Amino acid sequence: MNSLFTKIEPLLFAVEKPARYVGGEMGAQYPSHDPGVVSWLLAYPDTYEIGLPNQGLQILYEILNENPRALAERTYAPWTDMETAMRAEGIPLFSVENHVAARDFDLIAFNLSAELTFTNVLNMLDLGGIPIRTADRGASDTIVLVGGHCTYNPEPMADFVDAVVLGDGEEVVTEITDAVGDWLAIPEDQRTRRDLHRALARVDGVYVPSLYAPVFEGIRQVGLEILDPAAPAVVEKRTVADLGEWPYPKSQLVPLTEVVHDRLNVEVFRGCTRGCRFCQAGMITRPVRERPAAQVADMVANGLERTGYDEVALTSLSTADFSGIEEIVSGIVSDPRNDGRVSVSLPSLRVDAFTVSTAASIGSVRRTGLTFAPEGGTWRMRRVINKLITDDDLFAAVDAAFSQGWRRVKLYFLIGLPTEEDADVLGIARLGARCVEIGKRYHQNVTVTASVGGFVPKAQTPFQWHGQDSKEELERKVAMLRQEARLTRGLQIRWHEPAATVAEGILSRGDRRMGAVIESVWRQGGVFQEWSEHFDLERFTTALDEAGLDLDALTTRTRDEGEVLPWDHLSAGLHPDFLWGEYQDAIAEVGIEDCRWTPCYDCGACTTFGIEHVVASNQPPAGGSQGTGQGLDLSPTPVALSTRPA
Amino acid sequence: MTVQRLPERLRVRYTKTGRIRYTSQRDNARAWERALRRARLPIAYSEGFNPRPLLAFSLALPTGCESGAEYTDLRFAIPGERSIGPVVSPEATADDALAVGSLLDALLPDGLTVVTAAPIGEDRTSLQEQVTSCSWIVEVTGMTETELVERVATLLDADSVPIERERKGRRVTDDLRPSIQSLDVEGGGSSPGTFRLNAELATKPRGVRPAELLRGISPNLRLVRANRRAQWIDSDGMRLEPLTHDGRLLGAAAPMAAESGR
Ligand code: SF4
Repeated sequence: MNSLFTKIEPLLFAVEKPARYVGGEMGAQYPSHDPGVVSWLLAYPDTYEIGLPNQGLQILYEILNENPRALAERTYAPWTDMETAMRAEGIPLFSVENHVAARDFDLIAFNLSAELTFTNVLNMLDLGGIPIRTADRGASDTIVLVGGHCTYNPEPMADFVDAVVLGDGEEVVTEITDAVGDWLAIPEDQRTRRDLHRALARVDGVYVPSLYAPVFEGIRQVGLEILDPAAPAVVEKRTVADLGEWPYPKSQLVPLTEVVHDRLNVEVFRGCTRGCRFCQAGMITRPVRERPAAQVADMVANGLERTGYDEVALTSLSTADFSGIEEIVSGIVSDPRNDGRVSVSLPSLRVDAFTVSTAASIGSVRRTGLTFAPEGGTWRMRRVINKLITDDDLFAAVDAAFSQGWRRVKLYFLIGLPTEEDADVLGIARLGARCVEIGKRYHQNVTVTASVGGFVPKAQTPFQWHGQDSKEELERKVAMLRQEARLTRGLQIRWHEPAATVAEGILSRGDRRMGAVIESVWRQGGVFQEWSEHFDLERFTTALDEAGLDLDALTTRTRDEGEVLPWDHLSAGLHPDFLWGEYQDAIAEVGIEDCRWTPCYDCGACTTFGIEHVVASNQPPAGGSQGTGQGLDLSPTPVALSTRPA
Repeated sequence: MTVQRLPERLRVRYTKTGRIRYTSQRDNARAWERALRRARLPIAYSEGFNPRPLLAFSLALPTGCESGAEYTDLRFAIPGERSIGPVVSPEATADDALAVGSLLDALLPDGLTVVTAAPIGEDRTSLQEQVTSCSWIVEVTGMTETELVERVATLLDADSVPIERERKGRRVTDDLRPSIQSLDVEGGGSSPGTFRLNAELATKPRGVRPAELLRGISPNLRLVRANRRAQWIDSDGMRLEPLTHDGRLLGAAAPMAAESGR
């Protein structure tokens, strides 16, 4: 085990935020690299501050280090100043704990959470001295894996990875360790990369792109050839049936330097069945698996005690839906050990008075801002995307927020949604204006911010066939919306750069030919593409031209029902006819209810794997109309202030 | 060691060494806050819109530098509605202060090490304002020893040493010379080609960072390591430490606690 630290140290005075490169977090592990132990380098293709809190990575870090046959360290994308210094000094990508070179690990496993980080993966491999293309790797080169949400269409990255892991990683990492360990035990001159690929393909949930060859005709993919008997026709994702068996991370990393989400994070459930049709996370993580409430309470209490954090986030796709949420929250707020100084944050998809009253009971008494996500500007639009929030739901929630002291409300919307008309876009400004009006009843000055993102259709969702808006169309809609919003003082519009939406679209639904595009963008210097100061769409269009690919065919073109999609051989359990049916219902403006509280409509997520929802209560939460079939309770919301001092 | 009684105000002397030296002063403050919460010590909070724990640090240590002499003043809350943990008591002794120090030492991240702690009285001026100079050991590379000795001599002979630096987003030119109270080349450093400088740098009107001192000596010098060895309070020509290694305080202690003046 060779530490590069003495070579790295002289660079650290000259770079921004040197703490990114030294490890030292509470909870960090410094495993010794013994022969016969499979060494994993867990990599996040963005800066340390963004990657460190990633829960998936931290969970696997602990599980691997608990396994006597495996060890794991971590690495993050060095910022451009550090990369320049490293290349000048000939220092390769290294782990932050033992400062071991990436290429000295048996595996490097990237978490892919955002498409715009794809070029960083290539850059990190290259910086690590690992051949970027799988075809160029031999029997002794580091094995490259990817996992995470972006892997439900991994084809754009297929040329660069040895294997793709679909779904929950808790169980599969052990199986991969065994497969890789057995392969590594074979003498180097007797083993081949192909053998490794075959062994990996036999692990459930692992997709090995080199064993498949897509067939193209013009702009379309028309088929997929299976090149090896070890390769299954369809690779199904892995799903952990019971979150209660996996109380990880047990020792959340506490960094020495500030990172995003710098607080205790406790995952309370995985999966979501609200059924928002645009939401890839909601579709691919089904069914709902709640962590037992008692375990949540333990993880929170122990975590606060161990870390000294004064904030805990209860994480999931919509935490207000957790069966025991009120007891959990009041338990934390009233625990004398927390001295009234611990605040709780919870993401919620719900837009109702319940959410506000929960927020009031846990937030600090300084009412900074509250965020709701109606996503669509009109009720019609929201039926299309199955975000079943009425205007009245929103107004009641906003009324509750302003009446309980908040002065700033933020609303999230998407534009470029299927069937969208100008009236739907203008509806965003109209909703915003009504919210300002409601706020003025309580305060002289209020701010309502509408944050508008461009919609990118994603694989394994009902909108996977749909053509997204062009850059020009998104720009026109943003301009129109800004114009309308100018009529209301106190209403602000924020928008996501349409060019970045287009690039995300290219990478989200592209086929294997995108590999050349990603490589070209990287070679043109396109790293950190999710950072606006580094992003340039021009590099993508240049790369598409070089590869002879058509931007519109990839982004704005609506696919036919029978068309082969590049990710057809990968499955999150969802039946294609369920997804198509949902797409048709969307166009017909028909909503669908949450299957946690209504009978199953067989989307496939449970039925395919013989599992089911794990929820402590089969009663829909009260207080909203969102697909729960319940009336909206407009009675005054109780205010319960936290004990945090003013 | 269990803490029974808390002095209302406490000064802690600690060192910062190892990997944690790459963190900023802000990160350092956050590490202290987490340790205090883990210790369940009732730190007092500021009033106002955004209450902050009442922790006052001495002069910010530049990111990357080590230190053998860092200080923080803590203030604990007079018991109120709190129900658990130690409470502030006027009977708290020096031993109680040491017990708080060792409790925190165990809870701070590796590299932040408590040396000693003592109860202090109320003071109108902050530690930051009281400190008048700092002693540094600075390891550099980039030129031969002879060149370095020459450059240092030239700098000490000069009437002014202008350097450019950034202040509040603007480029300004400052004269370093008045801040350099002493400077000499001690000899070779920890690895070949590195040399050790001893410097005492005044903090008024503006502190000088080791990197800025190097720029004043020669643009070819590169910083390898820097260690703040001491912080001094000038009191009628005596140099006193805010809290000596063995826990004696300025004012409370006889001039024995101080080194003699220059
Ligand atoms: S299989 Fe049925 S219960 Fe399970 S997520 Fe799909 S619709 Fe809901």
